Amino acid sequence: MANKKTINTVTADHRPPSAVVGQPSFIKATLAIIHKDLAAEFRSRELLTAMLTFSVLVILIFNFALDLNIDVRQKVTAGVLWTTFAFAGTLGLNRSMAVEKDRGCMDGLLLAPVDRSAIFFGKAISNLAFMLIVEAIVLPLYAFFYNETRIFKLEFIAVLLLGSIGYISVGTILSAMSVQTRTRELLLPILLFPIVVPVLIASVLASGAIINDMSLPQIMTPLNLLIVYDIIFIAVSFMFFDFIVEE
Amino acid sequence: MQQKPILLTILDILSIIAIGIATYFALFLAPTELVMGEVQRVFYFHVGTGWVALLGFIIASIAGILYLITKNMTWDRFGLAAVEVSAMFFLITIVLGSIWARPAWNTWWTWDVRLTTAAITELIFIAYFMLRAGIEDPEKRARFGAIYTILGGLSAPITFMVIRLFRSIHPVVVGNPSAEAQGGFDMTVDMRNTLFIALIAFTILFVDFIWHRVRLGGLQEKVEQLKLKTLGE
Repeated sequence: MANKKTINTVTADHRPPSAVVGQPSFIKATLAIIHKDLAAEFRSRELLTAMLTFSVLVILIFNFALDLNIDVRQKVTAGVLWTTFAFAGTLGLNRSMAVEKDRGCMDGLLLAPVDRSAIFFGKAISNLAFMLIVEAIVLPLYAFFYNETRIFKLEFIAVLLLGSIGYISVGTILSAMSVQTRTRELLLPILLFPIVVPVLIASVLASGAIINDMSLPQIMTPLNLLIVYDIIFIAVSFMFFDFIVEE
Repeated sequence: MQQKPILLTILDILSIIAIGIATYFALFLAPTELVMGEVQRVFYFHVGTGWVALLGFIIASIAGILYLITKNMTWDRFGLAAVEVSAMFFLITIVLGSIWARPAWNTWWTWDVRLTTAAITELIFIAYFMLRAGIEDPEKRARFGAIYTILGGLSAPITFMVIRLFRSIHPVVVGNPSAEAQGGFDMTVDMRNTLFIALIAFTILFVDFIWHRVRLGGLQEKVEQLKLKTLGE
């Protein structure tokens, strides 16, 4: 039986690499990386604690900087939340890649006989998971602090998800780049924000429109751009990840 | 020592002449605009520099793609040259636009689509320079630089479209004469000719600059190699 399988793989070399014996499938490899990241994080809780504390601090600072009374909140809730997530996101992205680099784990991952894009998707999805966990905790906190229940709408959550996907797909590839430079953590926000600016603007516009119950076109136009951005940048990041990690 | 190509010298002289003619046309031959007066003359160079800045941005992205495909360092030098020249021209465009905007809009700056996109593009360029400065290995520097210009080139049009969802007050002079209230105006034949000459002049200057910068990049590389060679001996 085993013999037959080996023969098959030798003769049928047109098969995808996942069919080769001893090599896990693409999805399995991706899941393994996600599992590794989540397990490491839930043991140490370094990253989530830092992101959450930072988010709460930013919201507190906004409270005094913008004097978030009921009139101001009407207009700036979406902006405050997105600014908070964008800044907290860079913390997470930096940390998640720095851990791989510092302890030489990245080399180990690259040596593993799996498709490189599985590594990208694994890292991106675990980054997304951290970001969503932070959002899931910060949103109720914001609602609690400011008595703002309008943010608990399904559409609002959908925009949050789409925006986070766009942010993380570019963020993952750029953090893989910045971690290999001399300036490292310093460089990521500078590289990331000019590229990710459409995501932030479109998300703020769409979620602001949703909170204030505006008409459908006012929600859909930025939302469509957001979806376009997500698709383009997931594809591009997926294509470029190979070029970034190769030595 | 590599001799300067004769064609490049001719191009140098040509661009000096072309810019001279364009300046003469813009300052003396073009009619004074009725409402805005003399300050409108800045428009010819504003559009001229803006056009080549955009051209440089697009060329940089294409050079990035070509580098990733071929791994030929010439494309990296080409991309760097395009970004450097384009960054400078973008800055000139923004400054000239501000000079015009102060009397026309009564403000130096406004968060309009074109202005904001130009500012963000300028920030992408600065990030590009910082990224390159942080990497020692030339091959990796070229690779990361190429990827970053492509990401920037993809993101800038979306930025433009997203910001357009906000109201824009930038006049659309060519092909839309209804924007008069925002500082737009109908162009006479003389104005059109002047604009056309300015566009050609700046395109020639742009090609000249790129050529110089690519050549300089090649020489830099040679110097680096020679240094390594002498250190090795």
